Amino acid sequence: MTAPRAAPDLEPVIGLEVHVQLATRSKLFCACRNEYGAAPNAHVCPVCTGQPGVLPVLNEQALSLGLSAALALGCEVPASTKFDRKNYFYPDLPKGYQISQYDRPLGLGGAVELAGDGGATRRVGVARVHLEEDAGKTLHPPGENYSLVDLNRAGVPLLEIVSAPDLRSPEEAHRYLVALKRTLRYARVSECDMEKGSLRCDANVSLRARGSSALNARVEIKNLNSFRNVERALAHDIARQTTLLAAGEAVLQETRMWREEEECTAPLRSKEEEHDYRYFPEPDLPEFAIPPELVERLRAGLPEMPAARLERYIGRLGLPAETAAALAADWEVADYYERCLAAGGVPARAVASFVLGAVLQEANARHVSVSGVNIPPASLAEVARLVEAGALSHQAARKVLAEIAASGQSAAQAVASLGLEQVSDRAQLAVAVDAALAAAPVAVAQYRAGKQNALNALVGAVMKATRGKADPKLARQLLLERLGA
Amino acid sequence: MTSPAGAFRSAVSIRDDVVHGRRSAREVIEETLARIDRLEPRVDAFLAVDRAGALARAAEIDAEVTAGRAQGRLLGVPVAVKDNICVRGLPATCASRILAGYHPPFSAHAVERVLAEGGVVIGKTNCDEFGMGSSTENSAYKPTRNPHDLERVPGGSSGGSAAAVAAGMVPLSLGSDTGGSIRQPASLCGVIGFKPTFGAVSRFGLVAFASSLDQIGPLGASLLDVATLASVIAGPDARDSTALPRPAPDFVAALSPSLEGVRIGVHRDYVEDVADAAVRALIGRALETLREAGARIVHLDGVDLLSRYAVPAYYLVANSEASSNLARFDGLRYGPGAGAPDLLSTYTATRGRLFGEEVKRRILLGTFALSSGYHDAYYLKALRVRRLFIEAFQEAFRNVDFIAGATSPIPAFALGEKIDDPVTMYQCDVLTIPASLAGLPAVSVPCGRTPQGLPVGLQIIGPALADARVLSCAFAFEQRSGLMGTLAPLAEEVA
Ligand SMILES: [Zn+2]
Repeated sequence: MTAPRAAPDLEPVIGLEVHVQLATRSKLFCACRNEYGAAPNAHVCPVCTGQPGVLPVLNEQALSLGLSAALALGCEVPASTKFDRKNYFYPDLPKGYQISQYDRPLGLGGAVELAGDGGATRRVGVARVHLEEDAGKTLHPPGENYSLVDLNRAGVPLLEIVSAPDLRSPEEAHRYLVALKRTLRYARVSECDMEKGSLRCDANVSLRARGSSALNARVEIKNLNSFRNVERALAHDIARQTTLLAAGEAVLQETRMWREEEECTAPLRSKEEEHDYRYFPEPDLPEFAIPPELVERLRAGLPEMPAARLERYIGRLGLPAETAAALAADWEVADYYERCLAAGGVPARAVASFVLGAVLQEANARHVSVSGVNIPPASLAEVARLVEAGALSHQAARKVLAEIAASGQSAAQAVASLGLEQVSDRAQLAVAVDAALAAAPVAVAQYRAGKQNALNALVGAVMKATRGKADPKLARQLLLERLGA
Repeated sequence: MTSPAGAFRSAVSIRDDVVHGRRSAREVIEETLARIDRLEPRVDAFLAVDRAGALARAAEIDAEVTAGRAQGRLLGVPVAVKDNICVRGLPATCASRILAGYHPPFSAHAVERVLAEGGVVIGKTNCDEFGMGSSTENSAYKPTRNPHDLERVPGGSSGGSAAAVAAGMVPLSLGSDTGGSIRQPASLCGVIGFKPTFGAVSRFGLVAFASSLDQIGPLGASLLDVATLASVIAGPDARDSTALPRPAPDFVAALSPSLEGVRIGVHRDYVEDVADAAVRALIGRALETLREAGARIVHLDGVDLLSRYAVPAYYLVANSEASSNLARFDGLRYGPGAGAPDLLSTYTATRGRLFGEEVKRRILLGTFALSSGYHDAYYLKALRVRRLFIEAFQEAFRNVDFIAGATSPIPAFALGEKIDDPVTMYQCDVLTIPASLAGLPAVSVPCGRTPQGLPVGLQIIGPALADARVLSCAFAFEQRSGLMGTLAPLAEEVA
């Protein structure tokens, strides 16, 4: 899709509000399980269904994860904080108010670093990070005159992360989301899985004359269910606003909704229809101190962040930038890679190619994350060592890894059961080489006529004859000897 | 200790009889139910009486006594519970139609504690809808009558809990106090009502009216009984983040009949400026009694206790919180609800038809006070005034141990007299609201009757966390006054 661009004298000013569900065992204010995909209303109790007489009790794990996220994003964490009530009526909001944080968020003034062209980075501000509870889900069965409410999600801890209005293009907004998600996943605070709703995003966009600080009206866009749709909706609305302004018309301050099928944004409610949330301090939860020891413990417990890892992979392990970036893109992949390295004795680059190749393929094929792939890092290291030692071809190594994943065997067992020990014995290979030459007179003739590619076909024939067990380097060498090169 | 008069049987004596096998719990409960049968048609203190449940529980207790395992500070004692406090298996309507038929799936912390000490919940008492009122006339179901004069109100909002004790139906009841809802009806019904320090008793299971003010507390006819129930229900509870974290002291052990060396502050707002002359006279005499018991009376007229700001500050804070607390009553998950074709009309029909007028008035006022553009001028300003109340009391308590004066500026008024004049009704709480705003412990203890025979209560307010001392001061007064266990004459008729 070609993104319509703002007229050259106008520039977009974009801010994103991201909600992520924190990966806690239980909900924010009750003991119900925080689990996606359970039967409707399987995880509810008097607290999260808003029965009269119950009170919220803060989940300390949620507080810790929220603080970890704030720290990972480089936010200032206050010495104390409080909760507030945001009042509005909706069937999936059992109490008629959401417990949120209004003026004393968990974190202020952080940033997300975006990798730019040529190694430059761009800093996008994180204005604030705050804790709040999720609402339930209202379902409208098609063709029925009723709606259903599922409160499994009601009370699940959410972290709202509000960017500064620092983003200047839909593409940059996309890159911010990728980087934010990576950081939050590294900090182990959330799965950040948009399909499961554990990451959600609203976008704000307004236009201003380049070089000016005077903004036109701001439009909020909701219903953005993928990073790609964030980018597309922003591009669409920037074009819409540009057209309006070019025609001398005003942009209305309003909330719009992205309609994926029609690929356009449509009005949801105007400024006048905005809720008055009547925020006030939550009287059921007293203001509380955030102990400095807790903050320090969480800070110390944060894993190495993506940028630091990338630098280490390139600088210390000598990986090519592209390989390093691919490994560092996801903490699970990076951690798996490092566990393989820790098993010892194999070059970093060789292990990287197996992790990014066979292991990721296995994960994708089975729709699981890397941690769900049944190849112990020690086994992968062992296979890599066999390849390095010339005892196993690359091709055979892939088969061995697939066998390990499928059967749970050790590397040695899998090699043996597949009968894949590499044939590196000259005498043994010579037989296969002679047979290949005899069976392919045309290829021999072509090679002799100067066609170098014909040699590859001959190597392939040898590999085929040995069912992949031949050491391809040795096979090539023997072929060349026979051809008198 | 004065011997109990006529119909009065203290909770402590009932418990002793049951523990020692002198009476069975069954006898106690049957007698209680019989008294309720005779008196309830005239008083209307209850919204539900759990006859079967109470008898079943009495049988359990008797089995324990027989087995020699019986224990508990309230063993066999019937306790009535205000209808905004949850008891598993019993209705909790808060005297509102919007919760008709609602049975909470859990019990309040205070109720769990009563049951753990062998208490028997006999039923749920009437109140103003969601605790909003000072006469119990705002109940959606029926008004409760004052046992001392059946044409008069019992006060409110815990009117049913106060009337049930005053009529001798139960020795103890639980009420809730937001701006005086335990103390004022106790005063008007001639019983003792105690509002603990905010946080001393868990609010878990108390249907919220104004969360930062609501407190559960005991009502009874003797200070020893009230201190016993207060000791049972006070203490930490992990389910209420505003509950005080440390265990409560034993209020009973702390009771002392002596007031030697105690300084009691007296302020004109609570004495000389009280509207009703008969109340003024009785409070004057009560202060004299305190002095005779050894207390030193200290005049606080140099301190501004800000009483004139109490009602407006209270109604802004309480109603703002109420507007949010009562938002959950939308008829979608519990309560009758009103089926309507679309969401908005479901909300308006349910809330419009099933909330009473006073509740709707307060929700509107609170919603307005929190609205953008008005929030600072009303809600935030009221919070600042609240802070001033806390400071004014702290200032006063630098020189005195307690402040004593009237609980209510007037004795019980006639049914219907104030119900159409909310502002006059709100003034009933002018002397109880300040301790609520400041979160302080305060007790109302009977100090005599007006020439018309209407009871008047002496209020004793202490500094935060001085619950044990407040109860002890009231105990010393009770011992001197000789008014312990004086029930309404009506209670004697059926003794
Ligand atoms: Zn729950």
